[in-house]
Amino acid sequence: MDISGILIAALLTIITAATPLLFAALGELVAEKSGVLNLGVEGMILLGAVCGFAAVVFTGNAAAGIVAGALGGAALASVFALLALGLQASQVATGLALTIFGVGLSALLGQDLVGIAYAGLPKIALPVLSKLPVVGQLLFNHDILVYLSWALLAAVVWFLSRTRAGLVLRAVGDSHAVAHALGYSVLRIRLFATLFGGACAGLAGAYLSLAYSPLWIENMSAGRGWIALALVVFATWRPWRVLVGAYLFGGITIAQLHAQALGVGVPAQVMSMLPYLATIAVLVLISRDRGKIKRNAPACIGKAFHPSS
Amino acid sequence: MPIELSRRPSPSRAMVYLSPLLALGITLTAGMVLFAGMGVPPLAALHAFFVEPLSNAYGWAELGVKATPLLLIAVALAVGFRAGVWNIGAEGQLTLGAICGGGIALLLWRSDGAWVLPLMLAGGVAGGMAWAAIPAFLKTRFNTNEILTSLMLTYVATLLLSLLVHGPWRDPDGFNFPESRIFSDAATLPVIWHGTRLHLGLPFALALAAAVWVLLARSLVGFQLKVNGQAPAAGRYAGFSERATVWFCFALAGGAAGLAGIVEVSGPIGQLLPAISPGYGFTAIIVAFLGRLHPLGVALAAHLLALSYLGGESAQITLNLPLAVTGVFQGMLLFFLLACDVLIHYRFRWRGYGRGRGRIGRGHGGRDGRGRGRRGHGGRDARRNLEPNPAAA
Amino acid sequence: MSDTSPPLLSLRGMTKSFPGVVANQGVDLDLRGGEIHALLGENGAGKSTLVQMIYGVLKADAGRMLWRGQAADIRDPAAARALGIALVFQHFSLFDSLSVLENIALGLPPDDAAAGRGNRNSAAGRGNSIAGRARLRDRIHAISARYGLPLHADRHVYQLSVGERQRIEIVRCLLQAPRLLIMDEPTSVLTPQETARLFETLRQLAAEGLAVLYISHKLDEITALCRRATILRGGRVVDCVEVASESARSLAARMMGEELPDADLRRPAAAADAKALRLQVTGLSRAPAAGVAGGVALKAIDLAVRGGEIVGIAGVAGNGQDELLTALCGAADGRPGDAGRITIDGRDCAGAGARARRRMGLAAVPAERLGHGAVAAMSLADNAFLTAFERRRLLKLGFIRARACRRFAAEVVAKFKVKAPGVDALAASLSGGNLQKFIVGRELGQAPGILIVAQPTWGLDAGAAQTIRVALRALAERGAAIVVISQDLDELMELSDRIGAICAGRLSRLHDTRAVSVERMGLLMAGAGDDGAGVATVATVTAGATTESATETRHAD
Repeated sequence: MDISGILIAALLTIITAATPLLFAALGELVAEKSGVLNLGVEGMILLGAVCGFAAVVFTGNAAAGIVAGALGGAALASVFALLALGLQASQVATGLALTIFGVGLSALLGQDLVGIAYAGLPKIALPVLSKLPVVGQLLFNHDILVYLSWALLAAVVWFLSRTRAGLVLRAVGDSHAVAHALGYSVLRIRLFATLFGGACAGLAGAYLSLAYSPLWIENMSAGRGWIALALVVFATWRPWRVLVGAYLFGGITIAQLHAQALGVGVPAQVMSMLPYLATIAVLVLISRDRGKIKRNAPACIGKAFHPSS
Repeated sequence: MPIELSRRPSPSRAMVYLSPLLALGITLTAGMVLFAGMGVPPLAALHAFFVEPLSNAYGWAELGVKATPLLLIAVALAVGFRAGVWNIGAEGQLTLGAICGGGIALLLWRSDGAWVLPLMLAGGVAGGMAWAAIPAFLKTRFNTNEILTSLMLTYVATLLLSLLVHGPWRDPDGFNFPESRIFSDAATLPVIWHGTRLHLGLPFALALAAAVWVLLARSLVGFQLKVNGQAPAAGRYAGFSERATVWFCFALAGGAAGLAGIVEVSGPIGQLLPAISPGYGFTAIIVAFLGRLHPLGVALAAHLLALSYLGGESAQITLNLPLAVTGVFQGMLLFFLLACDVLIHYRFRWRGYGRGRGRIGRGHGGRDGRGRGRRGHGGRDARRNLEPNPAAA
Repeated sequence: MSDTSPPLLSLRGMTKSFPGVVANQGVDLDLRGGEIHALLGENGAGKSTLVQMIYGVLKADAGRMLWRGQAADIRDPAAARALGIALVFQHFSLFDSLSVLENIALGLPPDDAAAGRGNRNSAAGRGNSIAGRARLRDRIHAISARYGLPLHADRHVYQLSVGERQRIEIVRCLLQAPRLLIMDEPTSVLTPQETARLFETLRQLAAEGLAVLYISHKLDEITALCRRATILRGGRVVDCVEVASESARSLAARMMGEELPDADLRRPAAAADAKALRLQVTGLSRAPAAGVAGGVALKAIDLAVRGGEIVGIAGVAGNGQDELLTALCGAADGRPGDAGRITIDGRDCAGAGARARRRMGLAAVPAERLGHGAVAAMSLADNAFLTAFERRRLLKLGFIRARACRRFAAEVVAKFKVKAPGVDALAASLSGGNLQKFIVGRELGQAPGILIVAQPTWGLDAGAAQTIRVALRALAERGAAIVVISQDLDELMELSDRIGAICAGRLSRLHDTRAVSVERMGLLMAGAGDDGAGVATVATVTAGATTESATETRHAD
C-alpha cells in the first residue's frame, strides 16, 4: 500500500470511530437546546447497541437492527422523560440512574448474545461518486449509518436554524417560563427532544454493535456517552462544531489503535487513556471562559419545569 | 389522563421517609415480574436474592463487608450532593486509593512493622484525595464541569491500575497472571469477627457516618454546604465561599473513596487485581439518594444495596441467573425512588373523566389552565410572578 | 360618553380565589375603544389577577366577559389574542438569547391568518423561512416607524436596555392589530423620560381607536394619562371615577381605603453634617461577574456616607445595582481586576470578605428575597443564623447555637410583626412582604453601623412598606449610615437625604434631595446631565434621536 492508501485507510477509520460520537452528541445537543440535560447517554447507547444487535441476530435484517437500536435508545429516554419531565425528578440524578440501569439491563439482555459473530453492515458504494479518486473512497463508500450521521447533522442544522419548530425548541431552552406564558407546551417539546436524543444515542449504539465492532460485549460503549456529553460543551451547543469535535476524537481513538499496531513503545493502557484525557483537556479549554459557556448554553438547561409554578 | 399532579402547600415530611420504602416495594414487585419474564419462579428468585444470603452468620458478616465501601463512599457523596457538588468519579478515587495504599504494601512487603497498615490507610486516603483534587481544581480554577471530569478520570484510573498489575507490579511468582503479590500479614486489615471476612473497615465507615451527621446537623461548615447547595446567591451574600465548598466536598469524598479502596484491597481482596470493585463508586450514588442524603439513611441504604450484591451472587449460584440482574435491580431502585420522590412536593389528584384536556402538569384541576399564578405555596410564586422583579433585565 | 354601542369589553362579576385568598370578588369593568382606562390599586389588590383572567392565563371562578356585547369564552392566551386582546407583561416575555426578530415571530400565531381577521400578510409570522423573516422584518419596520418605537430586528435581547425590551413587547402586540392593549405596570422599569415617550405612543394608539387598559399604582401617571380609572382594593372594585374630577390625593385615599399616617421620613435639617464619615468608597471599579447574563461593570464609583444620613441611589434596573451591592458587602470570591478602596469607619476593607465586613458593622438587604436574602427551603431560625451569626454570637467553636438562633429569630418576628406560624416555618411559606420584614429585621437586629439595602419595599403593600421606611429612618437616627438602592424614584425622593443615580455602572454625583428635581434625576438615571458622567449619555433616553438612524439601517438591508 502506498502512502496515500495508508492515509485513506487511517481517515476511514477515523470516520468509523467518530460516527457513534456524532450520533450521540447530536441527539444530546438537541435535547440540551430544549433545556433537557440527559446524563444517561451512556446507558442509552448500550441499550441501543444490544437491541440493535439482538434484532439483527434474530431477524438477520440490518434495517431491523438499526430501527431496533434507535427504538431501544428512545425507550430508555422515555423513562427519563417520565421521571424528569413528568414527575419533576432531578435531571442529573435521573440521568445517572439511566446510565446505571442501562448498563445493567443491556448486560442482562445481551448475555446470550456474547460471542455471536456478525459480518457487519454492508458498505454502500454510491454510484459515480465512489469512483472519484481519493474522495470517492473516503466519503462515498460507507455503510448506511455513516451516511445517516451526515444527513442527521444537516437535518439538525436546518431544523434548529431554519424551522419554526426549531425556533420554538430553542426558545423553550432559553426560558421555559416565557415559552409557557406565550402558550407553548414546554413539556411536550422537551419530550420530543428527549426522545430524539435517545433515538440518536440508540443509533450510536447500533453503530457500535453492528458496524464498528461488530459484536456485542458488556459495556462496549466504554465511556463514549460521556465523551459525547463533553463534545456538546466543546461545540458550545453548535451542531457543526459537534462534527469537528467528533472527528477530532475519532482521530485520537484511532491514533491509539495505530500506535499499537506500529509497535510504539507506549503501553496500551496509556494510549487507551488518551480519549479520556483529551476530553478533560478540551473541557478545560472551553470552560475557562465562563462567559462563553454562559452565553451559549441554553439558559434553562437541567431545570425542572412544572406549568403551575 | 384523569390524574393530575398538583403542588403541595409545603413539602410532605412523611413522604420523605415513606418514599424509599415505597420505591423498595415497587422494585421488588417489578423484580418479580422480571424474574417471571425470565422463566424463574418469582418467589424462589426473591428468596434466593434477599433471604438466602442472610440465612447464616457468615452471610451477615459478608453484608457488612459489602456495605463498608458503599457506606464510606455514599456518606461522603451525600455531603457533596447536598452542596450541589456532583462528584460521580468515586469509583476512580477508590481505585487510586487502592493503588496508593496497595503500592505502599507492595513496597514494604518484607516488613512486618505495626506502622505498615496505618501508612497504607493514610496512603489510600491521600491517593483518593489527590485524584479528587483534579476535578476540584479544574472546577474552581477553570469552571470545568465536575461530572464529566471526575467520570473521565475513573476510566483513566482503571487503566492505570491495569497498567500497573500487568506491568511493574505483577507478582513475579504469579505465573504471569495480572495480579500483584498477596499482601503480607502486616499489610492486611484485621478481621473483627473471627471466622468471617468482616474487617476493621466497617467501624471506620460507621464512625465517618456519625461524624458527617454531626457536621451536617450542627456545624457552621455543614450549614455553609447546605446553603451553597440550595441557594448559591444566598451563600455568597452570607460570605460562604463556593470554592471552599467544592474543595471540601471533593476532598471528603475522595478521601473516603480512597479509604474504601485501600480497605477493600487490604481486607477482603488481599492483593491488587485489575478489577477491585464491582462498581461500588457508582452504586454509592444510589445509596446516597436512597438514604435521603442523611447519614443514618445512608447507613441503612448501604446495607440494602450490599444485600443486592450478595443476592446477585446467590441467585447466580442457586438459580443460574446472570450477575447483571444486580445492576438492573439497583437501577430500578433508583428510578422508582426518583419517581416516588415526586410525592414529597406534589400529590396526585383524581380529577375524573370528561373535564377537558387536563393532563399531568396542569395546575388546580385544570381550572387555572396555564396557571401562571396560584396562592398557597403558589401564592408566593404567584406574587413573585406579578411583582416587578428588580433583578430582572 | 354618549356612545350607545356596547363597550368593547365588559366584565361582570369576575371572581377568582386562590387557597386562602379571594383575589377578585365580583369585579365589573367597562372598556370602550379609544379610551385609556386605568386599573388602579395597591400591590395585592388583585390587578394582576384580573388582567390574567382577561388574557386567558387564569380562569375565573365566576363571572362573565362580554366582547362587544357578546359573551366571550377566553380559555387561553391564544383565544384572547384571536379576539384582539394584547398584553404587555410586567415581566417581559422575551427570550434573552434570541434576536428581536425571533422573539417577535414567537409571539405571533404560527399562521397569522388563522386568527381570521384579514388585513394581514398570512405567511409573515409563520416561520423562520427566509422569505417569512424578510416579510416580518418589513412589518416590524412599518410599525416601529409609525409609532416611534425604534428596534433593531437582529440584535439579541440580552444586549438591549429595558426600554428597548419593552418596545419589542409593544411592537409584538401591535403587529397583531389588537383592539385592546393591556399594559401591566409598564413604567416601573423606565426613566421619567422614557415614560413620557411611552405615554405619547399610548395616546397616539388611543386616538386611532385602540382601547388601553393601563395598570398602575402610580397616581401621577394616571392623572397624566387616563380618562377614567377603576380602583381595586382587596379584590373588589371600590370606585370607577373620571380622573379629571379627582386629585392624586383623593385617588390615593380611595386606593388605600384610609389615609396612611404621615410619618416624616426626612431627617431634621439641623442634624446634618455633624456626624462622622462611616462608609467611604473611592474609585471602585470591578469587571462584570463572569457568566452573568447582562452583567455590568462598575466604573470608578465614589460614595461617602455619614452616620445619620440616608443616601438614595436611583437607576433603571440592570445598570449595576446588584453589582454595587455585591461589591459593597464583599459577597464574592475575590476577583482580580477590582480597583478602588472601601473603608468602613475609617478601616480599609481590602481583603475583607462578607463575613469580615459584617463584623465591622456592615449589614445588607439584597433585592431578591428568596434565594438571595433568604434560603427558601430553610426555616426562619436557620435564615436568622445565615447572616447574623457573627454579630449575634450564634456560633460556638464552629457549632451552631440552635436555641440562641431560635430566640433571635423569634425576636425579629415579634419586633417586625412578621406573620409566620413560628420560627420553624420555611422562608418560602411567607408572603413577600412578611419575608422582607423578616430580612430587614434580621439585618437591623445586628445593630449595623452601615446598612446597604436594595429595593426595600418592592411589591409590598403600603403598610408594610411604611413599617420598613420608618425602621430605616429610625436606624439612621441612631447614627447608622444607610444606602438605599431603588428603582422607585418616588420612594427615594421621599426617604433619602442625598440622592444620586447609577447608569451603566457609573454613579453620578450625589445631590441634596430637597434641591433636585425629578426631571433632573431622570436625566441622571439615563446617564446624562451630570458633570462627571458624560460618557454613557444618549443610549437609553433619546429614543427619538435613534429612530432615524435605525430607519436608515433598515433601509440599508
